Amino acid sequence: MNRAIHVNGSDHELPDDPRVSLLDFLREQVGLTGTKKGCDHGQCGACTVIVNGMRINSCLSLAVLHEGDSVTTIEGLGTPEAPSPLQAAFLAFDGFQCGYCTPGQICSATAMLDEIALGWPSDASDDLESGIEISPEEIRERMSGNLCRCGAYANIVAAISDVAENGR
Amino acid sequence: MSAHLKQDKPVTSNRLDGMSQGVIGKPLSRIDGLAKVTGTARYAAEHQVENLANGVFATATITRGEVLSIDKACALAMPGVLAVVDDDRLTTRAAQGTAGEAPQQSPAAVCYWGQPIALVVAETFEQARDAAKRLVVEYRVDHDAPLDPATAEAEEQVDDTVNQGDLAHAMAGSAHSVDLRFETEGHASAAMEPHAAIAEWDGDRLTVYASLQMLNYNIAEIADALGIEEENVRLLSPYVGGGFGSKLGISQESVAAAIAAKAIGRPVRVVMSRQQVFQCVMRRSETAQRLRLASDRDGNLKGFGHEARVSNLPGETFAEPVLQSSHFLYGSENRALKLEVARIHRMTAGSVRAPGEAVGMPALEAAMDELAETCGIDPVEFRLRNIPDRNPEEDLPFSSNKLAECLKRGAEAFGWDSGPRSPCQTRDGEWWVGTGMASAARVHAVGEAKARVTLKPDGTAVVATDMTDIGTGTYTILAQIAGEMLGLTIDEVDVQLGDTHHPRGPGSGGSWGAASIGSAVYLACLELREKLAERAGTDEAKLVLKDGATADGKSLVDLLGGEPLSRTGHYEPGDVEDDYTVSGFGAFFAQVRVNRHTGETRVDRMLGAFGFGRVLNEKTARSQCLGGITWSIGMALTEALLFDPNDGHLVNCDLAEYHIPVHRDVPAVEVVMVEERDPVASPIQAKGIGELGLCGGAAAIANAIYNACGARLYHYPMTPDRVLSALPG
Repeated sequence: MNRAIHVNGSDHELPDDPRVSLLDFLREQVGLTGTKKGCDHGQCGACTVIVNGMRINSCLSLAVLHEGDSVTTIEGLGTPEAPSPLQAAFLAFDGFQCGYCTPGQICSATAMLDEIALGWPSDASDDLESGIEISPEEIRERMSGNLCRCGAYANIVAAISDVAENGR
Repeated sequence: MSAHLKQDKPVTSNRLDGMSQGVIGKPLSRIDGLAKVTGTARYAAEHQVENLANGVFATATITRGEVLSIDKACALAMPGVLAVVDDDRLTTRAAQGTAGEAPQQSPAAVCYWGQPIALVVAETFEQARDAAKRLVVEYRVDHDAPLDPATAEAEEQVDDTVNQGDLAHAMAGSAHSVDLRFETEGHASAAMEPHAAIAEWDGDRLTVYASLQMLNYNIAEIADALGIEEENVRLLSPYVGGGFGSKLGISQESVAAAIAAKAIGRPVRVVMSRQQVFQCVMRRSETAQRLRLASDRDGNLKGFGHEARVSNLPGETFAEPVLQSSHFLYGSENRALKLEVARIHRMTAGSVRAPGEAVGMPALEAAMDELAETCGIDPVEFRLRNIPDRNPEEDLPFSSNKLAECLKRGAEAFGWDSGPRSPCQTRDGEWWVGTGMASAARVHAVGEAKARVTLKPDGTAVVATDMTDIGTGTYTILAQIAGEMLGLTIDEVDVQLGDTHHPRGPGSGGSWGAASIGSAVYLACLELREKLAERAGTDEAKLVLKDGATADGKSLVDLLGGEPLSRTGHYEPGDVEDDYTVSGFGAFFAQVRVNRHTGETRVDRMLGAFGFGRVLNEKTARSQCLGGITWSIGMALTEALLFDPNDGHLVNCDLAEYHIPVHRDVPAVEVVMVEERDPVASPIQAKGIGELGLCGGAAAIANAIYNACGARLYHYPMTPDRVLSALPG
């Protein structure tokens, strides 16, 4: 396959039209509609996916720039039969209402916990040098790029905290 | 067979409490939840339809005038472009909630900046977007469109006008009074899912996958706009990515997709851009309000005046009902209330979550705080002294009034200090810290609702209605009601929503969904129980159903005998509405910190105590409250639609410039549910719950800002610049 991108473990051919965003490529051409378009301008986080281990806004990136990259979407994290720990925690803690921002929140949280594990500090970190202590304020700061208009934030933080404390 | 109840009287039987399954009210996880957290729930734009073409709106770059010509040939010459649709049936404004008829049409007549004027259809989204952007349009411009709500001509909403006693006399003669003017800026619903529709024709029959809140009304709106029969239209909205009023009525995309699909003989999808959602769907009107409150020495209200000015486009019937709860929340014999609507050329003003109280209560409750201070009475106590026994304007009883209990229980749970409340008492580094509180009120409503409940031969049940779940938890609470009544777990109840082929529900809006459609499901189940009791040889009242069997061990499967059993419940609001004032009540408490150098306000913690009838699901009910409180924070501190005074266009038309609360803006939030049974509110004794959480919450924050730093502000949102300029020297 020419110019392939790996999505949730499968190879897909990149589009010819250079205008196609990674988000639209995933939704329209790969058929993975779990990744949501909320603003198309990198302002809401609903389109968050994990590319080579890092979370990005897929609406702000053109698909053709991702030759050879590995992309994980919400469908790649878990399924209704076998949800990931964060997916299960969002369900248990009611960390969503309408559900539209939810895949982005979960992808973002998945990569965010890795960032904390790597010791990357944030604005909410007490100390830039020593390890990061996971706290509600750390989670809120690091998740602030993922908007939720239903106002499920308090429950989302509870869900992420539970996974952070009780293992993944 | 249908079970019908028109509620002319209170329903005191409380049958749900006598059932045995034990699922009603429990904090169960959402039955639609796994689909949402795994990305398998399909929203409007995501339905898999073959041979789909994509439409993108071109929108007006003038405020008022006429489209003289559109260079279609130029657009059609671009790659992939299939059509430029400027059909006269295109709708130009969003329909108001429960309109049931087409909104304004004729796209060539431009009434506001950003109005859709044509739909460009192409093979791909990218092609359609480029062609729409480059569309060459010639206009005739009218230069005199009124744009300023403060100076435009206004009409009085006479139904809202109240003059009782003599307010001016009471103001002059009372021991204490305040006469205050407030402003609130416009708000956007900003649901996370942009408005979207896929339209597909099969001969004369139209199917629309849409993102809409009230299919029962929306189907009539679409049929009327297209000039076709309702029987030929099917709407599907199984998942709706938030509504908050913006999807009550149809917006421009559904009719445009239908017209375009017919024109090109292929299914067409139209998804609005985020900017278009802001610019051409709905805004909550800005308001200018005057509060005049007078009390005697002991803090008993002697005068109550609330006037408001809002705005809308010419021809729109909706006027933000700012005074809705002011009519009954506090007692006083001398009352003057007045609402007027100015006619200006901004996009349609309509319902945004909790229309009315969302902006009326923050002004009233800030004024109450100031009067309580003037009287030297604790603000919780001040409110407790002014709860009327009956609706003070109409002399009606309340179906229930939990305000006092919410104030007391909220204050206790929050740790409210009822001692002296001078501002500027607590400093933490560069931050002033303070607390504030406010009452909550939101009128309760119900709508006509039908739902079919079918027991299948295997003993499981199906609930079917065109009712929507917009994140409210409808799927789950209907499974709980049916499960409780029929002795099933919620996993054994398959709830099918958002399809107009099912019996018609009320739709989601005005917090009326759960009480209305829940009652229809309840009525259907009562009839099913009658039939089952007959087969089991007992009275319905004595029939105990639990875990798929009667108390004496007869299984549902046996009672059904291999045949399905189906009943449709039909609930109608009735005369009981005329005999009582029905409302949800509550109280908010907030602790904030205000930066003495920057004027920035952070909410440290917030608590809401709410009384809204029966709680159908403790988990999803709490989530509704959390959502409301989150909106309170946005309204208090950041949310404001900003319009260019020259052409009336919305300047901050995206989520980077219109600031809804983000994770870090929302602290630990506590919810206290003051449960009750309200037999007037609905046959299941439940009231509306989705909006109460933002009806006054912004005032708790405003009052806490004053308590923290001494800045009294009269303009929401209380942004750092406004706080800084109000800080005492």
